[in-house]
Amino acid sequence: MRIKKTVAALFAASILATAVPAQAETLRLLTWGSYAPDNIIKMFEEKYPDINVEVTFSNNEEMIAKLRATGGAGFDLAQPSHDRIYAAQLEYDIYKPLDLSKIDTSNMSVPLLDGVKANTTIEGEVYAVPHQWGTSGLMADKTKAPEFAGWGDLCDPKYKGKTSMRLKRTILLGTAFAMGEDPFAAYSDLDKYQDILDQVTEKLISCKDNIKAYWKGGDDLSAMMLSGEIVASETWDSTAYKLFGENENIVFIPPETGALAWIDTFALPRKGEADDAAYKWINFVMQPEIVKLMSASTGAIAAVEGGKDLLPDDKKAAVNAAFSDDDIKNLKFFANIPPGVEDMEGKALERIKAATGG
Amino acid sequence: MQKDIRRLSLILLFTPFALWIVLLIILPHIGMVILSLREKVAPRVYEYGLANYIDFINEPIYWNTLLRTGMMSLLVTTLALLIGFPIAYYIAKIAGNRTRGALFLLCLIPLWVSDLIRAFGWILLLRETGVVSSTLVWAGIINQPIEFLYNDVTVVVGLVYTVILFMIVPLVSTLDGMDNSMIEAGYNLGGNGPTVLRRIIIPYAMPGIVAGCIVVFMLTAGSYLTPILLGGKNSSWFTEQIYDQFITRYNWESGAAFGFLLLAFTSIVVWLGLKLSGQTLSTTVAKS
Repeated sequence: MRIKKTVAALFAASILATAVPAQAETLRLLTWGSYAPDNIIKMFEEKYPDINVEVTFSNNEEMIAKLRATGGAGFDLAQPSHDRIYAAQLEYDIYKPLDLSKIDTSNMSVPLLDGVKANTTIEGEVYAVPHQWGTSGLMADKTKAPEFAGWGDLCDPKYKGKTSMRLKRTILLGTAFAMGEDPFAAYSDLDKYQDILDQVTEKLISCKDNIKAYWKGGDDLSAMMLSGEIVASETWDSTAYKLFGENENIVFIPPETGALAWIDTFALPRKGEADDAAYKWINFVMQPEIVKLMSASTGAIAAVEGGKDLLPDDKKAAVNAAFSDDDIKNLKFFANIPPGVEDMEGKALERIKAATGG
Repeated sequence: MQKDIRRLSLILLFTPFALWIVLLIILPHIGMVILSLREKVAPRVYEYGLANYIDFINEPIYWNTLLRTGMMSLLVTTLALLIGFPIAYYIAKIAGNRTRGALFLLCLIPLWVSDLIRAFGWILLLRETGVVSSTLVWAGIINQPIEFLYNDVTVVVGLVYTVILFMIVPLVSTLDGMDNSMIEAGYNLGGNGPTVLRRIIIPYAMPGIVAGCIVVFMLTAGSYLTPILLGGKNSSWFTEQIYDQFITRYNWESGAAFGFLLLAFTSIVVWLGLKLSGQTLSTTVAKS
């Protein structure tokens, strides 16, 4: 008798255990640090009590590596930058096409939406829509480096030992622009691109002596800049805006050849299991009142009409101090990375890192 | 019956270890070998071949980095031994029973903090506006702040600090088992300090020395955080190359090949070390 009861209890428990997850859906987000702040997750879960949000913070390269390892399983919504969709999809088949009818695109900024669509359409299917955008450029302490204006100034002997950069592809592209080349145009002719890369490599090797250290993340960059150990650096705009909040002399400087602009997108991993919840999240965070909270957390500008006005006041002041309308027109959006380029750029970076000269 | 039970208990005791070795060590490595033998010819098209290994040989940057990592790891191992041996000797032989436990505990404390935090500790101390530099300026010893961070010396110092414990622990346990009367006998027979050290203590401690050196060398060559965070613009570390291949260049095939080369390289160095010092694993590590 007693055994029967136990069995019955176990049976009931197992039914409950299987029934509960079936009701509460889990949305597994793979996104950037600060792109899913707690307050927004809480509001979302209040609006959709049957959806549970789990967040994994990452960056472009690791997002793709994670999805590649599982063939696109393990996450329901990913947020890579717009230039990391096309080639990654061709090579590793890790995303699935979006059903645009389920996404409210009415308030998305038209040029950004069209740009992302153009960048991420494969065989007529769209794989991503924009979320937020921002730029990579330079920052300088106005009081110590008032004339800082272009990528090339990082290598100006005037600032010897007082500048920094991140040894990643951004600096290769920026330096190429500063040398009067257009690397994105050369993506279609890889031999020409290799030529440009060789020149850039040489330039950056000779510049090594001028650099204090290569920064690796926002934290070490901030520490070097705030302590005055460096006076100027390559930077993400959001890091520069944050520092502007602490020291108004530190401003973001769009390089004279144009700041490099990225758009972080929404894309569905190929084996995602909660597409509907993912679409709900996309539509939820693109509402103007949520955008405001999101931008306060990320420091990036939402891809909606008038996104700049939805920034919190201090960030808005920082953006206005940095960008004129001409600077905005001069933005260079990262072009799709064709297969093979990652390898060429990787080799160039290795050569720079290994060079002992300069 | 008795025999069956004994066999069963042996199997049961052995299973966790066997599972661990097979599932977490051998299987992943077989996967890595297969991966490292693939070469990409076009998107989503792969062929089997040795291209990744040939790439490594043809590109001086790669093997230079590997050699550099090996040399610096050897240096770290030597320094850890030179610094760790007197400490271990003091703990095992000179300190009283009560202080011994306390000292041992003191050595363990840094392990309670994660690698990352320890590296940041060094950064706070050594950076240009950090504690050391500003203290020296304040004391009037130097006029201008000095940057201690971002060079190879810092990397070596940081690594020695991280791994020295793994040298001290096996040394203490071997030295602990040594009878004090052996040292006394050495002196009674007319030996002086250096002779006793060379002829009695070191041979006795050899198992601990070899075990410590192997562990420290392997840990150092395979470390990632410390060289990355403390190293400067010229300090490449081979694990960084592996990370770059896997993550930033999406080139898992050559990343896997590099991983294997690192394993082979460190194994060869350990084997050479044993040969040159006339030791074998069975008389040293297995003995202790």
